[in-house]
Amino acid sequence: MLSPNFGSYAVAPSATAQARTKRRWQRLKMGVPAGELVFDGFTAATALITLSLVVAIVVVLAISAWPALVRFRAGFLVGTEWDPVNEQFGALPFIYGTAVSSLLALLVAAPFGIGVALCLSELAPDWLSNILGFLVELLAAIPSVVYGLWGIFVLGPFLRDAVEPALARYLGFLPLFQGPRVGVSMLSAGAILAVMVVPFISAVCRDVFAAVPDNLREAAFALGATRWEMVRLAVLPYSLSGIVGAIILGLGRALGETIAVAMVIGNRSVISASLFMPSTTLASAIANEFTEATSDIYVAALIELGLVLILVSLLINVTARLMIYKLTAQRFTR
Amino acid sequence: MKTVEPHVDARRMWRKFKSGAMMTAAVLATLLTLVPLFLVLGYLVKQGVNGINWAFFTRLPRPVGEPGGGMGNAVLGTLEVVGLASVLAVIVGVGTGIYLSEPGRNRSVANGVRFAADVLMGVPSIVVGIFVYAVVVRPMGGFSALAGAIALAVMMTPLVARTTEQALSMVPAELRESALALGIPRWRTSLSVVARTAARGITTGVLLALARIAGETAPLLFTAFGNQYWSTSLRRPIAALTVQVYTYAISPFEDWHRQAWAGALVLTAMVLVVEGVVRSISGRGLRTPR
Amino acid sequence: MAKIRLVRMSAYFGRTRALREINLDIPEFNVTAVIGPSGCGKSTLVRCINRMHETVKDARVEGDVLLDGENIYGPGVDPVQIRRRVGMVFQKPAPFPTMSIQDNVAVGLNLNGLALNRGERAEIVERSLRRAALWNEVKDDLGKPGTSLSGGQQQRLCIARALAVEPEVLLMDEPCSALDPISTAHIEELVLELKSQYTIVIVTHNMQQAARVSDFTAFLLGGVLIEFGDTKQIFTNPERQETEDYITGRFG
Repeated sequence: MLSPNFGSYAVAPSATAQARTKRRWQRLKMGVPAGELVFDGFTAATALITLSLVVAIVVVLAISAWPALVRFRAGFLVGTEWDPVNEQFGALPFIYGTAVSSLLALLVAAPFGIGVALCLSELAPDWLSNILGFLVELLAAIPSVVYGLWGIFVLGPFLRDAVEPALARYLGFLPLFQGPRVGVSMLSAGAILAVMVVPFISAVCRDVFAAVPDNLREAAFALGATRWEMVRLAVLPYSLSGIVGAIILGLGRALGETIAVAMVIGNRSVISASLFMPSTTLASAIANEFTEATSDIYVAALIELGLVLILVSLLINVTARLMIYKLTAQRFTR
Repeated sequence: MKTVEPHVDARRMWRKFKSGAMMTAAVLATLLTLVPLFLVLGYLVKQGVNGINWAFFTRLPRPVGEPGGGMGNAVLGTLEVVGLASVLAVIVGVGTGIYLSEPGRNRSVANGVRFAADVLMGVPSIVVGIFVYAVVVRPMGGFSALAGAIALAVMMTPLVARTTEQALSMVPAELRESALALGIPRWRTSLSVVARTAARGITTGVLLALARIAGETAPLLFTAFGNQYWSTSLRRPIAALTVQVYTYAISPFEDWHRQAWAGALVLTAMVLVVEGVVRSISGRGLRTPR
Repeated sequence: MAKIRLVRMSAYFGRTRALREINLDIPEFNVTAVIGPSGCGKSTLVRCINRMHETVKDARVEGDVLLDGENIYGPGVDPVQIRRRVGMVFQKPAPFPTMSIQDNVAVGLNLNGLALNRGERAEIVERSLRRAALWNEVKDDLGKPGTSLSGGQQQRLCIARALAVEPEVLLMDEPCSALDPISTAHIEELVLELKSQYTIVIVTHNMQQAARVSDFTAFLLGGVLIEFGDTKQIFTNPERQETEDYITGRFG
């Protein structure tokens, strides 16, 4: 309908029809200013909503956490006591648990994520890469509550009965691997997070590898490089900052993961060196306690946990995104 | 002419070995990564399949101790909340995506929006829950299906925005230019030519985002909250499959654990079917933005 | 004497046959130009000589390619070894962006474990850069990134990189198509100098270039080798009508 065909009228059109067509064509050509305005205005408004959401979230959380912010001040971040009954709120155990469980996850997920990405984009033939890539995407699609369920009833008991005894026997001299074995633990949380973060890191790494110019790969091969040497010469140096970005982004996901962790970590706000002990994280504490919080200051303290979480997440995401943009920007945004 | 010195030959073997070893490690990493996928799916089917029957989809949950019952209200609730969230996210997300690739194309504010969308994807879901609790639940005076839908929509919007933008950017520039050259106004070009060409890609992106957020639990905990009864009202708490599975899984009751497995199986099946169908239709290389 | 001999060689991308039963003898210490309209398979042809063709997904080669009489597609032949003996320079210069100029030149040496001590390495880097006629321009900036050079210099850097491992054959796939006329002249001069030590095969879409630098010329059309012979003869007195049509600019 957009390009009326003026070329071939079988019968000469009537004067009115001609005038009508001409008017319509004029309108099309000139553009209805209103249409332009509505279109630009509407899309710009939705873009503005998207843009303002992040800011709104931070502001709303800060306001809601205000009572706790002014009452506990910096003590909130370093306090180790979390006692809602006596209105003692220290966030350190949650911060500690979040950091340790996430780092534990990354320790496993980073090498695996990079390995998967290398396998899919540099190694496997197309058909295999498609199948494996599809399966890895499915891994990312499984809801976190399902991972949590599996963590409670399968992974947790497995770690308790098979992995933890072995760790205790061979590495038990480290404080990390001492103590009772109960099935819900920091180790469980780290393991389930690792499974959830691998597809994430590998997906970002694949995008980053895809941005490596093919002529670098060819140049390496033409010099007589083996496949691994090609990866080391052409792919890895070029994508280094993107890989680091992917890992940091993965860290961000691990920090913020809520439900699966809440289900397997045991939710105990005590700092313990042992990975066999139950622990807690910022996100899982909020999920567990929010609807039970009875006093206003308790709610505000929980929201302040959320504020800490989002500020850390923002810092991580902004850093990582900037590192990745440098490499992939030419491809996605022109 | 061709003299191969022994140390060069040995080195060549070593290089080939090293390359082979590194590549084997990468393949092993991939296979090991996929082990949990099959374990999780295997356990889901094994533990959940017995709990799936007609009653699961039609009945309400029963109190502890009473056998039978189902999660019919939660299935319905998930459909309602996810459906409403999709409508909201499509309006805002597709609008944003169009803005990024059309009117905002060459404006620096577009970079800000794009960046904000990417950062929003990394905002922890529980934080989105608190945010919606503060701006919707508190003013409305209680948990509601509407609040749940808004929370999911906040998570879904950046996904939709970025996939829409990507789909639009794949439309060849010549198409846009030739439409403009015909004298068609810019906004009609964007909508009728560019967006229509990219419609398939946009739909794909929306469906993938939908599958992703349908599995979210954390943002619903203190927005939709959950409900033991049938409810479709937007102003009242509503059950959701994810929340129900969570509640049952952490309960101490054997009966409820069985129900949780059945619920998780249904949930996963819903998500993976959408994901699988979309991917097999739209082919290779498709990825949810992250 | 033929350094390289193609015997009924065909190349495929998936099901499409890009080259059809090519028979060609490439003489040693000469420059052989491969010309033809775009899409005729010129690049594919040279990429078959160092087994680069097979790095493209679903690509394969049939027939034999003999290097000094030995089939490089024979069983047990390592493509990596072949690529060390047959160097290649591409259309777009591709120095490794994270490496300095000298590291770019030495990268092939490091891969092959050829330069064992630092002195030897520096010597080879200098010799290669001299041979690539780049030494005087970069000798004070060896530590600078390779990507800081101009396009023409980058291409000569890539030539130096290919020469550093002492290949026997140098394949050049439209090495000047991304360069300005002055850089092109530099490269052409270089090709004429290098042919005393190397067997050179150069793909070009520029017939003047082929006439200027080559001793022998192969004309390809639609994946078929139409004519091969002395460059002068090809350009002045071609045997085949298609060749004449092409060099007189009637198509392509």
